[in-house]
Amino acid sequence: MQFSTASSPHIFVGPSVSRIMRRVLYAMLPGIIALVWFFGWGVLFNIVIASVVAVLAETLMLFLRGKSLRLFLGDCSALVTAWLLAAALPSLLPWWMTVLGVAFAIVIAKHLYGGLGHNPFNPAMVGYVILLISFPLEMSTWPSVQHGLDFADTARLIFLNQLPPDMMLDALSSATPLDTVKTQLGLGQSMADISTGPVFGIIAGYGWEWVALGFLAGGLWLVYTRTAAWQIPLGLLSSLALLAGIFYVLEPQAYASPWFHVFSVSAIYGAFFIATDPVSASTTPRGRLLYGAGVGVLTFVIRVFGGYPDGIAFAVLLMNIATPTIDQYTQPRVFGTVRGRTDQPGK
Amino acid sequence: MSLARSFSQWRFNGGLLLDTHLAESTQQPVLHSTLPEWLILPLQQHIGTAPKIDVEIGQTVRKGQLLAHADGYISAALHAPSSGVITALEERPIAHPSGLSALCLILHTDGRDEWDALPPPIADYKTADPLTLRQRIRQAGIVGLGGAAFPTSVKLNPVPTTPIQLLILNGAECEPYITCDDMLMCERAHDLIGGVLIMRYMLSVEEVIIGVEDNKPEACAALEAALEKFGAEAGGIAVRQVPTIYPTGGEKQLIRVLTGQEVPSNGLPADIGVICQNVGTAVAVYEAVTQGRPLISRYITVTGSGIQQPRVMEALIGTPISELVHQCGGYTEAAQRLIVGGPMMGFAVPSDEVPIVKGANCILVATTAELAPPVPAMPCIRCGACADVCPADLLPQQLYWHAKTKDFDKVADYHLFDCIECGCCAAVCPSHIPLVQYYRFAKTEIWARERERQQADLARQRHEFRLERLERDKREKETKLRKRKEALQQKSAEKTDDTKKEVIEAAVKRAKAKKASQKTADPVAPVSDPVGIAESLDSVSQDRDA
Repeated sequence: MQFSTASSPHIFVGPSVSRIMRRVLYAMLPGIIALVWFFGWGVLFNIVIASVVAVLAETLMLFLRGKSLRLFLGDCSALVTAWLLAAALPSLLPWWMTVLGVAFAIVIAKHLYGGLGHNPFNPAMVGYVILLISFPLEMSTWPSVQHGLDFADTARLIFLNQLPPDMMLDALSSATPLDTVKTQLGLGQSMADISTGPVFGIIAGYGWEWVALGFLAGGLWLVYTRTAAWQIPLGLLSSLALLAGIFYVLEPQAYASPWFHVFSVSAIYGAFFIATDPVSASTTPRGRLLYGAGVGVLTFVIRVFGGYPDGIAFAVLLMNIATPTIDQYTQPRVFGTVRGRTDQPGK
Repeated sequence: MSLARSFSQWRFNGGLLLDTHLAESTQQPVLHSTLPEWLILPLQQHIGTAPKIDVEIGQTVRKGQLLAHADGYISAALHAPSSGVITALEERPIAHPSGLSALCLILHTDGRDEWDALPPPIADYKTADPLTLRQRIRQAGIVGLGGAAFPTSVKLNPVPTTPIQLLILNGAECEPYITCDDMLMCERAHDLIGGVLIMRYMLSVEEVIIGVEDNKPEACAALEAALEKFGAEAGGIAVRQVPTIYPTGGEKQLIRVLTGQEVPSNGLPADIGVICQNVGTAVAVYEAVTQGRPLISRYITVTGSGIQQPRVMEALIGTPISELVHQCGGYTEAAQRLIVGGPMMGFAVPSDEVPIVKGANCILVATTAELAPPVPAMPCIRCGACADVCPADLLPQQLYWHAKTKDFDKVADYHLFDCIECGCCAAVCPSHIPLVQYYRFAKTEIWARERERQQADLARQRHEFRLERLERDKREKETKLRKRKEALQQKSAEKTDDTKKEVIEAAVKRAKAKKASQKTADPVAPVSDPVGIAESLDSVSQDRDA
């Protein structure tokens, strides 16, 4: 009898790429639901627009690059990029900005660098930063929590830039908690005064803290299923909390509390969903911890001392640059060798 | 302090919890395979040099008769597994990853299964010296039965860099599905302990640990019972359960789990004072010493969803796989792939006409449901799952990148040669990248380069040597010439006496005179020693001699 042959191992026990990508999508659901609850239908519009554009851009680029559509469209990686970016966008952003950001992320940041697995920078964050730099006003205009726009009004605003007759955009929107803290501290107010404001909830931004909890739940599930490396969120959140804690202890009226920093959605979202993108993050165990810590430190520095109210996106991109170097110097000790020595140990 | 401190266990990083598929093949006792009509005996069944053939084509041989003797130190003898006629020495396909054929002796069995005269049993191993026992093991053609098939007599004679303090018996199956060691421990516990005692005596160590995976409680119980029977003689032998995490059955991993020590990279267990032997090998040693029986059969698991009645068999070396499968009820409809070894490291063979060899521990006939889906590889997404499961703490992903770009220096820098090819990385790779294949490719390339380099070195050395030789010859010639000249000069110096000068001058004068006369007389007359210089010189030297 004749048999087919193949190279060992003959069994497969892990999840496939597409399952990993789908897991990320599932894990985002609690956070997205919270976002929709507090910030309205716009979030869903963003996600739908982003998904459509991502799949179209992905198809186009795969076609141009002569890659198998069946193989690569099925991996869901474009959808992940789309969702990661869309969930970070203000929920009433004009539709064409979302299109621009996603197209840039997929075409430039992903495919021009070699497609899946080859992008040195997190595509979603590249798209986000492009939008943030190009349209700073729109990108920092979040609607106020439960602003009251219904589905049709939201659609008209996003697609046609039309507001209901009796409403003003200014009335709809409000500064994010991070924005508020930055502006008010700049005006010389103390943290005690600032945190009594309406944008504050129990420990962080009103509404935002629930979104953060939603993403935390999904993120912990990702870590539990080993889809995301636990070292990255640990490194990120602990370094951010540590730095914030030090400053908070030294001068509580001039610096926001560590829990405020951690529960500002972007930190949790960034820690579990953005910084954990395996392609652009460090891959060694110690390297991941270091990489996460680097993102945390940079985030704090940008938030507190930089020109932008939030810094996760920049911090992630900056640490992406450092990834190859981190990987080089954090290689684990090989079984049977002495750490720090590339040659074999003496007998 | 003893190496195996207390009962606490260490662990190695990585590894996989795999479905071990023990139940399928352990329901029935070991089946002794029926005598096949043909036995195919590859000469090279072990690590080392092939043995030298001692029989002729057409010769009738008896069971246990030596067919080929070990050639060189690292080699193993081959014996006739049954009686019959050697009909051919020819290339036959064998179970080898390369898929190439190898030289095999073909034995047509006569069905009588008549034993040859065996070497005398050594009833009490303690009466023999270790050298005799080692000789016996070598003559019996015993090799490591765990899969690597390294000659056991060599392994039992470690180079004394570090004193051997611990003997480990590997009773952790190498891979899922494989159960032959489990069954062997259950059914042959007494012989196993007997073999352990012999090996312990040969190595003159006290401490022995038999490491058994914790999913084999019956095997543990059988071993404990056997130990009890041996009583005080078996003191110092302990049975330890180890967690069933693949690849605990790997030598380095098992040593780590049992002793907490790591075999150095590029090193051997003996470097840290440990010798590790497979449990099957211990039984073979026992039989060779106490019965004079050479290694002509082994336990082998025939399993997988592609087999009607999976079970463990005791099969003669050289039995074609098809024969064993037939005795296990044949293939099922869904049989898809024939693997020699386990699902993680075994190699798929195209035909079931290949024979089982000394190192073969499992025949796995897998169905599509059991196998990895045949999907094309995707790009690496750097998820690091491979590094998480690597028992050697390597970075499989970096190895892959560098192997793919053929940057072999970098691959070696990332410790490619510490890779044991266990397959964990490829089994979890979400992109289905055949990682192990890349590593094998890189290893082969590096070996080939190394060989090339060595050959180039050799050629250069030869060339340089030749140049040097020519130069030396030239120098020697020159020296000789110079010496001769000097000698001559010296001679002439000694003879600077006027006599010589005078003689020459006289001769020259004579010559001139003669020339002048000849010129006028006969210009074409031959001039042979026209002057008689030679004569004159002769007379001079004669003078001196006198």
